[in-house]
Parts: sequence; C-alpha cells; structure tokens
Amino acid sequence: MSSMSVPAAGRVPTAVPAPVVVPAARAVLLLGATAMLALAAYYFVGVDQGALSVFGSDTHIHEFVHDSRHFLGFPCH
Amino acid sequence: METRLIGRGILAGAVGGLLAFLFARVFAEPQIQAAIDYESGRDAAQGALDKAAGLGAAPEMPEIFSRTIQANIGIGVGMIVFGTAMGALFAVVYAISLGRVGNVRPRALALLVAGAGFLAFYLVPFLKYPANPPAIGHEETIGTRSGLYLTMVLASVVFLWLAVIAGQRLRPRFGTWNATLLAGAGFAAAIGIVMAVLPALGELSYNVKEFGHRATETPLPLKDGNGTIVFPGFDADVLASFRLYSVGAQLILWTAIGLIFAPLADRLLTAAKTPAPAEAPVTV
Ligand SMILES: [Zn+2]
Repeated sequence: MSSMSVPAAGRVPTAVPAPVVVPAARAVLLLGATAMLALAAYYFVGVDQGALSVFGSDTHIHEFVHDSRHFLGFPCH
Repeated sequence: METRLIGRGILAGAVGGLLAFLFARVFAEPQIQAAIDYESGRDAAQGALDKAAGLGAAPEMPEIFSRTIQANIGIGVGMIVFGTAMGALFAVVYAISLGRVGNVRPRALALLVAGAGFLAFYLVPFLKYPANPPAIGHEETIGTRSGLYLTMVLASVVFLWLAVIAGQRLRPRFGTWNATLLAGAGFAAAIGIVMAVLPALGELSYNVKEFGHRATETPLPLKDGNGTIVFPGFDADVLASFRLYSVGAQLILWTAIGLIFAPLADRLLTAAKTPAPAEAPVTV
C-alpha cells in the first residue's frame, strides 16, 4: 500500500539523502498521463488555432490567450 | 508518492503562473498595446497607400474578444494554464530524477530541474527564435514559424536530457565537476549545430520573395511609390522591452516552481525516509 520504499534493487545505496526512488514500472502510467495532459495544455496555450487547429477554423482559444501566447515566446501572428 | 509530487508540482506551477501573469499585466501589457497600436497605424497607412494606388482595401478582421478581455483575463488564463502545465511536467521529471541522479538533496534537485525547464522549454529556443510582440510576424509564415520554434524546443529538451545522462556516465571517470563541464559543452555544441542549420525567420521563402534577404520579420519603414517614408519601422525600444520582460516572466515562473516545490518535496521525502512508527503514513 505504502509507496514509501527502500531504493529499488540494483541501485547503489548512498549515504547522503538520495531519497525515495519512485519505482519505474508502477509510476509510469501516472507520470505518462500527467505528461500527456501537460503537453496538451502547452499545445492549446501555445500552438492551437495558429499553425494547426483541432477545432477547424475557430479562433476563440487563440484570441483569448493571444497576449500570453506572444509573451510566452510562441510564434503567433 | 508520485501523486503527491505531481500535486505539489501543479500547485507550484499555478502559483508561478499567477506571479508571471501579475508581472505581465504590469510590464508586458503596455508594450503589447504599443505594438498593437503600431500595427493599426501601419495598416491604416498601408490602406491609404493602396487606395491611392487604386487597390481595394484589405478585409477587416472581426474582433472576437475585446482588448480589455485579452489584456486582463485572457493573458491571465494563458499564463496560469502554461504555468500549471510546466509545473506538472516539472514534477514528472523530478519524480523520475529522484534517486537516479546521485547525491542531490531534494531541495537542490528541485532547483536543478526548474533551471533545466527554464533552459530547455524557453531560454534556448528563445536564443534562436526570440519572443515577438504583435505586429511582428507575417500571417503567411505562421505554420513554418511554429514548426521551427517547436523544433527548437524539442531539440533543446532532448539534448539536455541526453546531456544529463551523458554526464552521469562520465562521472565515474572524470569526477562530477569535469563530467558536468563535458556534458554542458556537448549540449552547447549539439544545440549550436541545430541553431546554425535552422533558417532565420527573414530567410523563409515567402519573406525573401516579398522583402528580400533579412534576418527577421520585424517591420521596416513603410514607403510610398517615391521611396518617401510614410510610416516608421517597428519601435526598437518596444521590441527590446517586450523581449526582456518575456525572459523576466519565464524566470519568475520557473524560479517560483523551484522555490515553492523545494520545501514541499523536502518535507514529503524527509517524512517518507523516517516514518513515524505510531501512525502509518497515508499515501494517496
Ligand atoms: Zn498575435
């Protein structure tokens, strides 16, 4: 149940706090899903309805976050 | 544990995004408005020239959101969503790095990962394709420009990741200091090659055809048929300020992610190392 675990087997234990190792196999789904969602958000703020568009020619997202798109460094107009 | 780390990353990112928004509202918005005013003035001057030359007027773009909405709410939502996304990605990388990067303390690791995020997701791509305010950038090249920018982001993320792995491999042989220097030099060389190979925005085929060979798409002065300047080029001070503030906002965002996440993760991981015997630690 607890995810508090000793460092995974095969890893050299270290004296200085190299703390909890998140076991790759069990965490991979959660981490992967989080990364995908984050990249989707990145895409909608930065790219969608500019070069590509998942909602056709609609530009509401683009126009709404327009100033932040410029300011965060994405190409816009 | 992963769930709690991700939750804390999202929290840190949202707060960072909020701080970056406040900074943007105060410092960036006046520059963005100046750029939009320039764009309108230039369009009007171009329209007058076209009319004098007997050409039809360009169609007016319908306004979907007012400037007030864009400059006060839209930019806030954009910055906070971006910050939250970066905070979540940060936490994923942090969780993967835990225990795999040698003797780094939880708080120091938070700052290192945040620094890597700032570099890979923003600053390195910015060096090749810096942020531009409205009025800079041609509609016709948006597809190419987006592709080039995302190529830079992808390349710097992948190369930095590889550099960290290479540094780990080199460490037993060269020691931490020299291995870090070697990996850093490798990253700089690899991304330098990509930057040298990718085209300058002014050299895109549409731009060369329309404007000749230039480094960027920043508008030059508008001239009439006799070569008299009827509207100035884009204000260099507005551009410089906008870019400086853009770097500042990302610096605020990533610093906040690192500094907010660091103590939270430290508490979480220290508690995990020495669980109180009386009460079992609750995990989500
Ligand atoms: Zn724009």
